Amino acid sequence: MFGALELGLIYGAMALGVYLTFKVLNFPDLTVDGSFTTGGATAASLIIAGVNPFLATAAAIGAGLVAGYITGLLHTKGGIDGLLAGILTMIGLWSINLRIMGKANLPLLREDTVFTPLRENMWLGSWISIAILLIFALILKFAIDWFLTTDLGLAIQATGNNREMIRSLGVNTDNTTMLTLALSNGFVALCGALIAQYQGFSDISMGIGLILVGLASVILGQAVFGSRNIFVASLGALLGSVIYRLIIFLALRAGLDTNDMKLTTALLVVIALLLPRWGFLKRIPSLKGRGNRAPASVPAGTTDMKGPAEIADVSTTSGAGAGKEG
Amino acid sequence: MLTIDNVSKTFFPGTVNERKALQGLELRLEESDFVTVIGSNGAGKSTLLNTISGRLPIDSGSITIDGAEVSRMPEYKRAKYLGRVFQDPMAGTARDLTIEQNLSLALRRGQARGLGRGTTSARREHFTDELATLELGLENRLKTKVGLLSGGQRQALSLLMAGFTQPRILLLDEHTAALDPQRAALVTTLTKKIVEADGLTTLMVTHNMEQAIALGNRLIMMHEGRIIYQATAEEKKDLTVETLLGEFSKLKGASLGDRALLN
Repeated sequence: MFGALELGLIYGAMALGVYLTFKVLNFPDLTVDGSFTTGGATAASLIIAGVNPFLATAAAIGAGLVAGYITGLLHTKGGIDGLLAGILTMIGLWSINLRIMGKANLPLLREDTVFTPLRENMWLGSWISIAILLIFALILKFAIDWFLTTDLGLAIQATGNNREMIRSLGVNTDNTTMLTLALSNGFVALCGALIAQYQGFSDISMGIGLILVGLASVILGQAVFGSRNIFVASLGALLGSVIYRLIIFLALRAGLDTNDMKLTTALLVVIALLLPRWGFLKRIPSLKGRGNRAPASVPAGTTDMKGPAEIADVSTTSGAGAGKEG
Repeated sequence: MLTIDNVSKTFFPGTVNERKALQGLELRLEESDFVTVIGSNGAGKSTLLNTISGRLPIDSGSITIDGAEVSRMPEYKRAKYLGRVFQDPMAGTARDLTIEQNLSLALRRGQARGLGRGTTSARREHFTDELATLELGLENRLKTKVGLLSGGQRQALSLLMAGFTQPRILLLDEHTAALDPQRAALVTTLTKKIVEADGLTTLMVTHNMEQAIALGNRLIMMHEGRIIYQATAEEKKDLTVETLLGEFSKLKGASLGDRALLN
């Protein structure tokens, strides 16, 4: 249980990164599977080489920034479809990650990591480590909230919303796209670096399927908290990650084994996307109106991650109206 | 001010679908000119605006604004000269952002965007004053998401966003065409108000002949990528819809759009 909470908060960094691309930029970025491992690999090899774990983690973020930037270059300057650009970078990173690590698995036994102070004080698996990780995750969340409300951040939001419009106001949308992809993958690589240190090893396959985990977090968070504004939406992504880990924890408790987790994750995403459309949640006032609106606005497919957001928006307003009447 | 010199643009050259949208077009706008542009469907009106804004590259010719050659500049760089309102009321604003955030975006048109706060209280005050001029009550809804506004409200906001930073040239592309008559009339009134308040140099495409006559100090009629009729400030004062229809009927093969006929 404590472990699930800790993992959820650490993976919150990745959920925030995925939130930036999928929700804010409206860009389905599959680089994540690769850049997560890049983060873990970079941090692990540097730590083994004797670098301070905090510096190693910072270097991992840098590697993630570069990975995201490359996807951005392929998409904007190369004109390659966003999904494909992400897949290309992700596949290419596999070899790079192996080069960084030198072999498929790097154990961090007896190395100093950023979690060593927690471990030595026996804080891991207690409320103390959860509090520390929560503060860390909230700092990241507030950093994103702040960034998205600056002039530059608003331009990024507008890029995801209405590219033509923001270009007509003098923003080079290629640059905002590349910047967002870089930042997003920086968050993802940071998460990879922390996970490698938390679990005590970096593995070449540690990133496989992670984009789905990120998506699950973002979508779950949105289903629960809505997306009225940036503040709520980023909080939703962060806590969605925790909810996701708790569900996985419960699924494992219920007798499923770790090999079933990919399927569990996929089903979770499907359910989170479909439930609102089927209108099972109509009885709950704040979720009213979802079923009516959904079929038109949620065509299936990864590129349409805006769908649930719109539904959530509609539901919050109609819910508020219903509340007043009652 | 704005000089369009011998500009040509052909779509799908060398194919059966080849269409000459602009053919050696010449146009000169002086400071504070308000030129309305009419013409049949496919006459090249929107193409003209899109080549000025940089959305479409031109094949040959030159476009200068304040003496600066802009025809090779990317769209986002030309934005520092231009305010634009599109036909689609959804096109000029960002749906998921609030009214004040949209205005903040417009406030920085053509300038570098950094890490300063997007909506400061000083800006908010400024926005409240500007929005009040629309008389739509939007000044009390600064934190409302633009997606919740009606088409007319969004278009009025787009117009304000395009005009309140005093662009060198304001480009209006049939910006009232997608609205119902009442809203269209409102936006037309606002257009007049905003343009006159700052003496903005304006180029407005419209299908509505009455609107084309009522607004602005000059009028041009386009056909097949050329300007075929011009009314100067003097001539425009006495211009009637009948005169314009007469000019149209002189053209062989020109067909008036349904919308033009209805008006």
